Amino acid sequence: MMRIRLIWRKSLNVVMLTLTGVAAFAVVSVLFMILGYLIYNGGKSLNWAFFTQLPKPVGETGGGMANAIVGSMKLLVLAALMGLPVGLIAGVYLAEFGGRTFAFIVRYTTDLLNGVPSIVMGIFAYSLVVLPMKHFSTWAGGVALGIMVIPITLRATEEFLHSVPNSLREGAMALGASKWKTIATVILPAAKGGIITGMLLSLARVAGETAPLLFTAFGNQFWSPGFNQPIASLPVMIYTYAIAPYEDWHRQAWAAGLVLLGLVLLANVGTRLALSRGGGSRSV
Amino acid sequence: MSSTSANAVEHAPSPSPGAARALLRRYLDGDEVAHVITLVFAASIILITSLLVYQLWLNSAASRHAFGWHFWISQTWDPVFEHFGALPFIYGTMVTSAVSLVIALPLGLAAAIFLSELAPRNISDTISFLIDLLAAVPSVIYGLLGIFVVVPLMRTTIGPALKGAFGFLHIFSGPNYGVGFLTAGIVLAIMIVPFIISVSREVLLTVPREQREAAMGLGATRWEATWKVVVPWARTGIMGSVFLALARAVGETMAVTMVIGNDPKITASLFAPGYTIAAVIANEFTEATGSLYLSALIELGLVLFLITFILNGLARLLILATERGGGHPV
Amino acid sequence: MRKILLGLLAVCALAFTAPAQSGTVLLNAAGATFPYPIYSKWFSDYHDAHSNIQINYQSIGSGGGIRQLQAGTVDFGASDMPLNDQLLGQFKYKVLQFPTVLGAVVPTYNIPGVSAVLKFTPKAIADIYLGKVTKWNDPEIASQNPGVSLPGNDIVVIHRSDGSGTTFVWTDYLSKVSPEWKDKVGSNTSVNWPVGLGGKGNEGVAGLVEQTPNAIGYVELIYALQNHMNYGLVQNSSGKFVKASLATVSDAAAGVAAKMKNDIRISITDAPGAETYPICSFTYLLIPETISDATKRDAIKAFLHWMLTAGQGEVEALNYAQLPKAVVAIEMKQIGEIK
Repeated sequence: MMRIRLIWRKSLNVVMLTLTGVAAFAVVSVLFMILGYLIYNGGKSLNWAFFTQLPKPVGETGGGMANAIVGSMKLLVLAALMGLPVGLIAGVYLAEFGGRTFAFIVRYTTDLLNGVPSIVMGIFAYSLVVLPMKHFSTWAGGVALGIMVIPITLRATEEFLHSVPNSLREGAMALGASKWKTIATVILPAAKGGIITGMLLSLARVAGETAPLLFTAFGNQFWSPGFNQPIASLPVMIYTYAIAPYEDWHRQAWAAGLVLLGLVLLANVGTRLALSRGGGSRSV
Repeated sequence: MSSTSANAVEHAPSPSPGAARALLRRYLDGDEVAHVITLVFAASIILITSLLVYQLWLNSAASRHAFGWHFWISQTWDPVFEHFGALPFIYGTMVTSAVSLVIALPLGLAAAIFLSELAPRNISDTISFLIDLLAAVPSVIYGLLGIFVVVPLMRTTIGPALKGAFGFLHIFSGPNYGVGFLTAGIVLAIMIVPFIISVSREVLLTVPREQREAAMGLGATRWEATWKVVVPWARTGIMGSVFLALARAVGETMAVTMVIGNDPKITASLFAPGYTIAAVIANEFTEATGSLYLSALIELGLVLFLITFILNGLARLLILATERGGGHPV
Repeated sequence: MRKILLGLLAVCALAFTAPAQSGTVLLNAAGATFPYPIYSKWFSDYHDAHSNIQINYQSIGSGGGIRQLQAGTVDFGASDMPLNDQLLGQFKYKVLQFPTVLGAVVPTYNIPGVSAVLKFTPKAIADIYLGKVTKWNDPEIASQNPGVSLPGNDIVVIHRSDGSGTTFVWTDYLSKVSPEWKDKVGSNTSVNWPVGLGGKGNEGVAGLVEQTPNAIGYVELIYALQNHMNYGLVQNSSGKFVKASLATVSDAAAGVAAKMKNDIRISITDAPGAETYPICSFTYLLIPETISDATKRDAIKAFLHWMLTAGQGEVEALNYAQLPKAVVAIEMKQIGEIK
């Protein structure tokens, strides 16, 4: 009787443990499938025209997404300029100056902001920027993305500042440096690897966001000079082309997807590798 | 700070310009300024968030006054006769999230167990790294793959298979279009599984060795030790990962609207088309003619915000509890 | 190395932030997807001819065009549904409506194994979209298509998920031919559909029909043609099954010019005539009567003039019908009203 039960338990053991391995393998293989599909379908559609030409009128084949690529870059620049300093400096506050309650409120609010669905962020930017300006614009898109950049940057800044050993702080103080001088010249440089990683990751995250751009940056078939006009972006183009019936648009959507995913993954892999290899005082 | 307060005592404010300039320089060069500046930036985050909630509240006022609590339980979404109700969208959001969880939780937990218990450290780290990359894939790309890979698969393979085996169940009844609740749930599952895996793996790793060893010492197999001792120990953290994943699933817009069929109906069948809160806002926001229509959409945005607020709060509480308390004894 | 990078950065920064050259007029418009193919061709060709004028048109649906014009975020809008007095009243200023082309809405379908052109009665279409006819081999459809072997598959009904002038045209027609439809659903850019999946834009509906077996959807003619999709004949008020084409669509607008002198808004669905295609519509550009920016005003007026003359020559290539000459005359006069 016991023998049968033992055999059952032992077989169950082998089966379940194998299943966990299968699960892990399955999840990883999904990643490779995604890459595979994009490389295959996108790769055969990528050509010079894609990177240099503007979109053609509806139904005509050819053309490219040059304006969308530049558009995404402009939006990212705006998002970086607006969101990164806020995340960085607020992170400095939380790590170096924060009192108990206020710091808790700030952290909690940042978490809240991080959890806001991106479509709601789009509504916010629409009422904040588009309506008063009476214009869809790159500004509006930049604001929506910029706000989304703040929480990730703040968390990275706070985390990596915390990980700087206190000995560095005390040493600087012992040499007579004021607090802010310590932060600016000793602590921040020590943590800069991790902080820059956090910043790049936050930008990679918003680079792929579509929903907040639908009614802020809107879209543009032409070049968008300055920042006051609507602007095309890669994610929105992918969405527009994917749901349409035109084969040529599907082809371009795959190509754009490959470019977007390539950039996002490059940022993620690159920064994480740099972080794990780079020295400095981080305990993570 | 003691040096500066000493200075304050020595250089008491005097009318002479030299001393005043020195005072000014001290303040411009001081920690107080740095404190204030960083505080202002930190406070700006609170300001932005408050402004966001305020805007949502303000712009949904017309709809809230028109429909009141009825908004949450009304099934009609009729722009012609201006009757708006949130129930189909809440239903769609819940169903797709539930389906995604049913798929992602066993898969994610199993993978997390593998990564924390069985795999050697370097393989575990590499695989975790790769799985984290899945979380970085933009939502619209999941939508792209959803339309061209998952939907046809559902129509030709998965749907018929499920119907063949379980067609008698209500949830698998009805025609199979390819798009629908189930497809959206599958795509969402892939999107949220990295969150479950990464958090669960971390909490499983924090379970003390002694627990495993004690169980095995009592004759448990590796699996039994894991399933009956280690996992329950970490269950609060795992629950936290579930809420985190749910919060992500609930707010997901692009991937869902591309594969769900965009029909605001409440149906039992998983093959039927549906609609989620995020998807309807994305589709109808730019064209809501009439301010009541727009107000109703913004009220939906407020509802969504509330849901993610609660889920994220719960997630944070649970994960925090695990980090502090080190889990629960069985 | 650093200097090179900084230099590159500076060049990029200049390129990014370069404001529009003086003399460039940037106009933003949004609205109907129904005429999007011809509009995108027009704006592209117009830009080629006048490189300092850039008209950025986003096809977000007629509802979107109306809404964004109301909010003032676009310079002009486009809608297949003419603005009725109630909608006009919601604007703070007067809006002029300029018909641009005539188009047809066709029932397009994707039935595996069926490449024949199906005939649809008004009742069949209404019942399909009401959810009363659920299978392709239903007698209502089969009786009109005797030679075709229709499968017993469930019909996948596709409609618009966004606010659409095409929906307005379709539901306007259905309201005229089916009292039950008029009662239950009504006609507007966005309705409470009894059944079906939603696609975004004419593009989205065409995309869904193309990819979903046993689907039926309603799209502007050019979308079905450009994507080589089957579309059916519809029985008109004279009892004849008519295929949407330049001739049958133009017929629908025959004789309405007189009525349009008083009110340029008109519905031409279910128009009388032996050879008329019953589901047609004008589509309108919505232009504010008063445009404060002089360069924008002149550019818009110049474009409208071009659209009514040279532009009309381009429409037939995309299977839209030209405006009747009498209507063009009415509109030329209306351009003068833009101040």
